[in-house]
Amino acid sequence: MIEFRQVSKRYGDGHDALLGVNFSIAPKEMVFLTGHSGAGKSTLMKLILLMERATSGQVLVAEQNLAKLRSGQIPYLRRQIGVVFQNHQLLFDRSVFHNVALPLQVCGMDPKDSARRVRAALDKVGLLEREKANPIALSGGEQQRVAIARALVHKPKILLADEPTGNLDPELSAEIMRLFEQFSQVGVTMLIASHDIALIRRLGHRVLGLEQGHLVYDGAL
Amino acid sequence: MSAFSLKKTANLEAWKAHHRSSCLESLARILRSPLQSLLTALALAIALMLPAALLVALNNIAQLGERWDASPRLSVYLKPQMDMTAVNALQARIQQRAGIKNLAYISPDEALAKLNNLGDLAEIIQGLDRNPLPPTLIVTPLLEGEHLSGLEALAAELRREPIVDQVELDLQWVKRLEQWLRLGRQFALGLGALFSLGALIVVGNTVRLSIENRRDEILVTQLVGGTQGYIRRPFLYTGAWYGLLGGLLASISLAIGFALLRLTTQDLAATYQTDFILQGLGFFGSLGLIVISSLIGLVGAWLAVGRHLRALAPQ
Repeated sequence: MIEFRQVSKRYGDGHDALLGVNFSIAPKEMVFLTGHSGAGKSTLMKLILLMERATSGQVLVAEQNLAKLRSGQIPYLRRQIGVVFQNHQLLFDRSVFHNVALPLQVCGMDPKDSARRVRAALDKVGLLEREKANPIALSGGEQQRVAIARALVHKPKILLADEPTGNLDPELSAEIMRLFEQFSQVGVTMLIASHDIALIRRLGHRVLGLEQGHLVYDGAL
Repeated sequence: MSAFSLKKTANLEAWKAHHRSSCLESLARILRSPLQSLLTALALAIALMLPAALLVALNNIAQLGERWDASPRLSVYLKPQMDMTAVNALQARIQQRAGIKNLAYISPDEALAKLNNLGDLAEIIQGLDRNPLPPTLIVTPLLEGEHLSGLEALAAELRREPIVDQVELDLQWVKRLEQWLRLGRQFALGLGALFSLGALIVVGNTVRLSIENRRDEILVTQLVGGTQGYIRRPFLYTGAWYGLLGGLLASISLAIGFALLRLTTQDLAATYQTDFILQGLGFFGSLGLIVISSLIGLVGAWLAVGRHLRALAPQ
């Protein structure tokens, strides 16, 4: 589903974020991405989303070479991918419901169908009763769950999560990971960046380890 | 597994719905900060009013010129005591030419009578033992600048006629007025272009600020697959609304201003015994101003959003 072939990324300032990275993630696989901050985790995710383009090598998503995508096609790539980021991802000028509805809204989904999907997604993360609340009134864990609902509401084939449990206590983290495992079981390919080694070890999934832009580990911990 | 579709899914209803909501929401946002919006619209209005007012003023001067016999005339003074058949033959020849609107013969007696009517001169005229005025032909051509050179050729031709004593063609001031008007219009258009640029910057800057305020929203929308057009749309409407409001303000202000001036000019015109009426921008002029202003708003917004989106494009 996701394949990196000799991918390097050098930023304009000469900093090499990724160097010759190779890996392949099969459909429905759940994979963790670890490494210190600055190891290239975020860059790797940005390449999949085409927020950045690789300097050399090939990134393939669903057998599609991203280098060949024109900028006008990027939105249609992103509609197939759900994203959860650690922070600044919810909009505080609208309710929880409208935050989750955004991916459906940009695809032009009928509001009635959209509302049904939004409620189903909120129900799945256990926040159905907070749909009218402003996300600013929610706790960190609840906000993260809203972000997850938004990332999954349009039934993407891939979910990318960058430090989804970064600010959460262990209990909440475990709860969110359980949620992710459920989605993985229904066919979503998952790539989760995290440095919570203890949690990753406990879950026992495949792990990709990054160190200064190099892929130094690939396998279960 | 199937490679997923990157094709554009046409959904006309959703597209229309987003236009509708962008249009209304951007207006609501503008009205939510009335003072700032008013200032932007006012800056736009002022930038548009100045060149528009200048153009209208020039049109009025042109109109004034036409009323005051701007149409040039050829005064053909014939030698005195001419045989009427020769005069008639000449008249017939002039009539045959193209571009002649009117041809009038004024006999010495008629000319004297007219002069008498002017009052002050009556005593002097009565002191004369004979009528010194020559018979005259007044040729009024069919107007317009491009005929002027033809008129000069006609004058030269008439001067060669044996019965013609003198031909007077007072074109100089008409030409000058025309040139001044042309210069003035060019100046007004240049000013308009310059001020439009200023207006563009004003709208662009205001839209840029509203983009800054919604930076997170743009980022998230891009991340969940909003197209450039989708992101651009509300801001384009914002710009167009500012343009529309600015254009309306300018049109209304000009209408009021010219209405007030009209009262003054009516009195002034009355003292000159002319029925000159000051023309305002008029319905179509106002409409044009509003359309131009809206377009300026749209383009200003387009440039501002375009710059922002380019900065966010993947490198």
